[in-house]
Amino acid sequence: MSKLTDLTLAAARDGLANKEFSATELTQAHIDRVAAADALNAYVLKTPEQALEMAAASDAKIAAGEARPLEGLPLGIKDLFCTKGVRTTACSKILGDFVPPYESTVTANLWADGAVMLGKLNNDEFAMGSSNETSCFGATVNPYRGAGGEHLVPGGSSGGSSAAVAARLGLAATATDTGGSIRQPAAFTGTVGLKPTYGRCSRWGIVAFASSLDQAGPITQTVRDAAIMLQSMASFDKKDTTSVERDVPNYEAALTGKGAGDIRGLRVGIPQEYRVDNMPAEIEALWQQGIDWLKDAGAEIVDVSLPHTKYALPAYYIIAPAEASSNLARYDGVRYGTRQQGVDIDDMYAQTRAAGFGDEVKRRVMIGTYALSAGYYDAYYVKALQVRRLIAEDFTKAYEKCDVLLTPTTPSAAFAVGKNVEDPLEMYLNDVFTVTVNLAGLPGISIPAGVDGNGLPLGLQLIGQAFGEETLLRVGDVMEQAAGFTARPNEWWSA
Amino acid sequence: MSVDETMVRRIATLARIGVSDDEVPGLAKELSAILGFVEQLSELDTEGVKPLTSAVDTKMRWRDDAVTDGAYPQDVLANAPDRDEEYFAVPKVVE
Repeated sequence: MSKLTDLTLAAARDGLANKEFSATELTQAHIDRVAAADALNAYVLKTPEQALEMAAASDAKIAAGEARPLEGLPLGIKDLFCTKGVRTTACSKILGDFVPPYESTVTANLWADGAVMLGKLNNDEFAMGSSNETSCFGATVNPYRGAGGEHLVPGGSSGGSSAAVAARLGLAATATDTGGSIRQPAAFTGTVGLKPTYGRCSRWGIVAFASSLDQAGPITQTVRDAAIMLQSMASFDKKDTTSVERDVPNYEAALTGKGAGDIRGLRVGIPQEYRVDNMPAEIEALWQQGIDWLKDAGAEIVDVSLPHTKYALPAYYIIAPAEASSNLARYDGVRYGTRQQGVDIDDMYAQTRAAGFGDEVKRRVMIGTYALSAGYYDAYYVKALQVRRLIAEDFTKAYEKCDVLLTPTTPSAAFAVGKNVEDPLEMYLNDVFTVTVNLAGLPGISIPAGVDGNGLPLGLQLIGQAFGEETLLRVGDVMEQAAGFTARPNEWWSA
Repeated sequence: MSVDETMVRRIATLARIGVSDDEVPGLAKELSAILGFVEQLSELDTEGVKPLTSAVDTKMRWRDDAVTDGAYPQDVLANAPDRDEEYFAVPKVVE
C-alpha cells in the first residue's frame, strides 16, 4: 500500500470503503505531514484534535455502514470560510482572533458529508492578491522551488490551498475565486482548480471581498477529485440571495458514466485576443499542445473572438475595489476584530482601519471609495459596469460557435517571492486570462498541463458556459489524461 | 487622472482610514498609477449600454416578513472589542 498522504481524494475514499485503513489512520498521517511542513506556511491554524474527533466519528459511521460521500476524508479550509468555534481571520490583522459563532454553508455541507477538517489555510489578506504575500501571517511558499533553489509564490489568493494540495497536506482544499484566486494558484502548483458558475456555491459565511464576483470552489490533485468536492460544496442556499435555485447534478458521473471520456464533435473555441504581447514561448507552445490534445480526442477547434478582453482587468480594478470598499466598511472596531483607541469615534474608526488593514487592502478600499464618490461614480463605476456587460456579451456570442473555450491559465509560471510586491499593476497582470470569467459569472477550471524549462508547473484553462461544470469536468478529464502530468515537488521543506 | 495629495486625504477620510503625512505622497503615486491603468476604459464607446450589476440573471426571492433568527445576544457579542451588558460599547458619539 502506498503512503496514505500520496492518495487522491477518490482513492482515499475507496480505501476507506474497502477498510484498507481507518479514517483515524488517514487523518493522523495528514496531521503528521502538516506538522512537518511549517516551512511552507500553508496552514495558519492547525486543528489536529478536532480532526481526530471528526475522524473517530467517521470511523463509527463507516463501521455502522452509514458512510456519507466524504466520510473520513481530511481537508484544508481557506481562512476565508467561517468555521464555528475555530478562529477565522481572512488573514487580516483587523479580524484579530475572531471566532465565528456560525459555520459557512460550504463548509457545513462538507462536514454534513463526513469530511474532516485539518485546519485553516493561508491566503492573501481578504483574498486581495495573486501571490499570498499580503497575508498578515506572511507568505505561503510554493512547494516547487526555482532553478537556483529560490522560494517561489504559490499564487493567490488561495495560496495556502494550492500549496497544501501540491505538498499533500490534505486530500483537497476549499478556495475562493474573485478574479482568478482558485485557477492561478492551481496553475502555479500543478494542481486542479475549479471555479464554479456564480451562484453555484453559497457565499454565506465566506468573508466577502467583491460580492458580485466571489465564488467558492475546490483545489484538488485531479479532475475527479474536483468533481467529488464540488458535489458537496454546491447547493442552493436561501441565506445567499444570489444562490441559484437549481439542482446539483452528479458531477462524478460526468467522468464515469455514459459519454465519459468522449469529446468527439465538441467545439472548442480558441479566443484570438488571449494571444497577448510578450507571451512566453513556453506558454504559447503549451496552449498549442492543449489544442492538439483535444483535436486528437475528436474535438473540433474553432477560432473565436472576445473583442473586449483587454478591458477586463481595468473594469475589474474598478468593480472589485468598489465592492470591497463597501464590504469592508463593516470592519470598524465595534462588533468584532481589533480596535485602536482614538480621540473620538471617527478617529477610532480611522486608527483601527489604519492599523488593521495591510497596504494592498488600503489601496483597494481607497480606489473603490474614489470610484464610488460623488463626481466620479458615473465616469468610473458605471462605466466599468457597462464594460462588464460588453465582456459578458463577448462570451455569449462566442458560445454560439463553440461549447467550451481553451486558454492558458496564467501568462507565466510561478515567480519569485518579493518580485512583484513593489508594483501592484505588475501583480494585477497575473489575472489577465482568468478575470474575464468572473466578470461574466462563468465556470472555469485550470488543469496542470506541463512544466517549463525549470520544471515548474504550467496550467491550461477551460472556460464553460453558465452551469456547464459537467462539460468542463469531462473535457478537463480528457486533457488531464492526455497531459499525464506527474511532476511532484522534491520535499525540501521536511528536511 | 492623477490623484494629488489633497485628494488622497479626502479619499482616506471618506474611507475612514488614517494616513500619516509620510504615507500621502506614496499613496498619491500608487493610486494615480492604478487610475491611469483603468483609464483605458474611456477608449470604449459605451453609449446606451446597460450597466451589468449581476452576472447571473436572477430575480430576488420573496420571503415572509417574519422573524426567523436571533435571540442569542451572547453569541452576537462574543467577539466585541468592548461591551457593556448586552450592548456594544463605543467612544462617546454625542457631546
